[in-house]
Amino acid sequence: MTRNDKESGSAVSVRGLVKHYGETKALDGVDLEVREGTVMGVLGPNGAGKTTLVRILSTLLTPTAGHATVAGYDVVRRPRQLRRVIGLTGQYASVDEKLPGWENLYLIGRLLDLPRKEARARADELLERFSLTEAARRPAATYSGGMRRRLDLAASMIGRPAVLFLDEPTTGLDPRTRNEVWDEVKRLVGDGVTVLLTTQYMEEAEQLASELTVVDRGKVIASGGIEQLKARVGGRTLRIRPADPLRLRPLAEALDALGITGLATTTVDTERGAVLVPVLSDEQLTAVIGAVTAHGITLSSLTTELPSLDEVFLSLTGHRASAPQDAVPAETPEEVVAV
Amino acid sequence: MSATTTTATAGAAVTGLRADGRIPLRAHVRHTSALVRRNLLWIRQDPESMFDAVLFPIVFTLLFVYVFGGSIGQSLGGGQDAYVQYIVPGLMAMMGMNMAQGVGTGFNQDFNTGVMDRFRSLPIGRGSVLFAKISVEMMRMLIATAILMVVGVLVGFDITDWPGLFAAVGLSAVFGSALMWVFLTLGVVMKNAQSVQAMGFLVLMPLQFGSSIFAPPQSMPGWLRSFTEYNPLSSLADAARGLMVGGPVAQDLWMTLAWSVGITAVMAPVAIHKFRTKT
Repeated sequence: MTRNDKESGSAVSVRGLVKHYGETKALDGVDLEVREGTVMGVLGPNGAGKTTLVRILSTLLTPTAGHATVAGYDVVRRPRQLRRVIGLTGQYASVDEKLPGWENLYLIGRLLDLPRKEARARADELLERFSLTEAARRPAATYSGGMRRRLDLAASMIGRPAVLFLDEPTTGLDPRTRNEVWDEVKRLVGDGVTVLLTTQYMEEAEQLASELTVVDRGKVIASGGIEQLKARVGGRTLRIRPADPLRLRPLAEALDALGITGLATTTVDTERGAVLVPVLSDEQLTAVIGAVTAHGITLSSLTTELPSLDEVFLSLTGHRASAPQDAVPAETPEEVVAV
Repeated sequence: MSATTTTATAGAAVTGLRADGRIPLRAHVRHTSALVRRNLLWIRQDPESMFDAVLFPIVFTLLFVYVFGGSIGQSLGGGQDAYVQYIVPGLMAMMGMNMAQGVGTGFNQDFNTGVMDRFRSLPIGRGSVLFAKISVEMMRMLIATAILMVVGVLVGFDITDWPGLFAAVGLSAVFGSALMWVFLTLGVVMKNAQSVQAMGFLVLMPLQFGSSIFAPPQSMPGWLRSFTEYNPLSSLADAARGLMVGGPVAQDLWMTLAWSVGITAVMAPVAIHKFRTKT
């Protein structure tokens, strides 16, 4: 995986990238840097320009202005070399549904100039790895949503890409399947692949990315390490419901007394009988649980909530995510810790 | 610039790419044959997709010969038998058009399912996808043509001139290849395969019936007759007729070839431009 990059250690480098469609500015001067072996999350609402960015970086679109290189190759001047070192998994699973899973992978192996024998071996190997061996001979049309995404990921991995683009890899998947896909992506990252991932979910970015670029209306509105940004947007919120509603206030006071909560203070949601505690780190979360136990308070539920895309935007820009969110309801992803 | 010399370690294989990033001919052939295999697997997976190729020549031959054959045959100075000699070359002329339509709808499907995005993000020549699709549609066309000839002979068609027959098949394919650029443009521009088919139907249907494919234009009203005279489908049908059953060929043949070149010259750049700028 040694590559002589002029931009030392940069797998993806984007400078002042602009893409206009007539009057519409899909990208309006985007700068972005993805270091080798890291996962960059590009977070933004529908219409923010995420897909346009990925399509330019994978040579499917030519930019109106600006520069972009992937693995050292200019997207405009070296598209063919570039295509050899990337993998792309689009927003809509781009496997051939009429072909069996194995045939999909074999076809791509052959298109990547693998000799027949090697293409066969690689197809077998990747099906095994993505737990699709049993479905190898079935047309992809018969696959479940999760299987299809896994096949799509496998297809992107045939050429052992240096950089993998994942355009909203879990949009439209149910939570269980989403977790499956996340696990696969984490494994790929473990192998040292550089990943650029677009998403509408803070939770997904938090799960997979180490760095984050927040985009809106074709512009970068924030970027940096995920912990940094999380601190800026307030991290997670713990929602604690005591079994006895009368213990609500004593609990809140006890937690405030601890002085361990994050940026904001503890609030009491009397209507739903819960205490809301903002936490920034796993340590803080653990300390809160410890305090609850120490006070001998019985809980009926405990959940952590991540800020929604809307809340992230609100705290970063002071306005709500601008584009219509027609495809995805703006609900807060919840992660149930205990019931 | 230095990047080109450092590709050797990137990716799984670099055999298919020359140093300047061009794709060697052998790699093109390999890619195209891999894609042909894909399109053949489609047929195996979904044999019903061959129905149109199989049924079109049977249904159209029987329909036209037995419904219109008697009456149109009279105006040709014979009966049903005379019409068989007339309609079979006409249907032959249509084979290439069906092929063109198949390529267009196939491309449209690949765009809509996102498969085309994957192909376009791979280091292959973009023509490979097209050549593969054309090869498979040509095969489909040859099967349909063979069936047409069998049905034709069964209803009384005389094959008098084998080289002429092959020449007619070739001419139909040539004209179909020109028309293919029109359907490719539709395939790239239209939202779904149904619209491509509907649009193709809307354009082709009047052209086909307003030509000498199904009936001799002599009995048509004057304005329509002048339209049929300039209609390239008439030239194609008449050339096919001349080649297969005898009669004057030269002028219609040249007209057909001229139309093919003209349509290609205008529509190929449009199709390629639409393909390149497809978002």
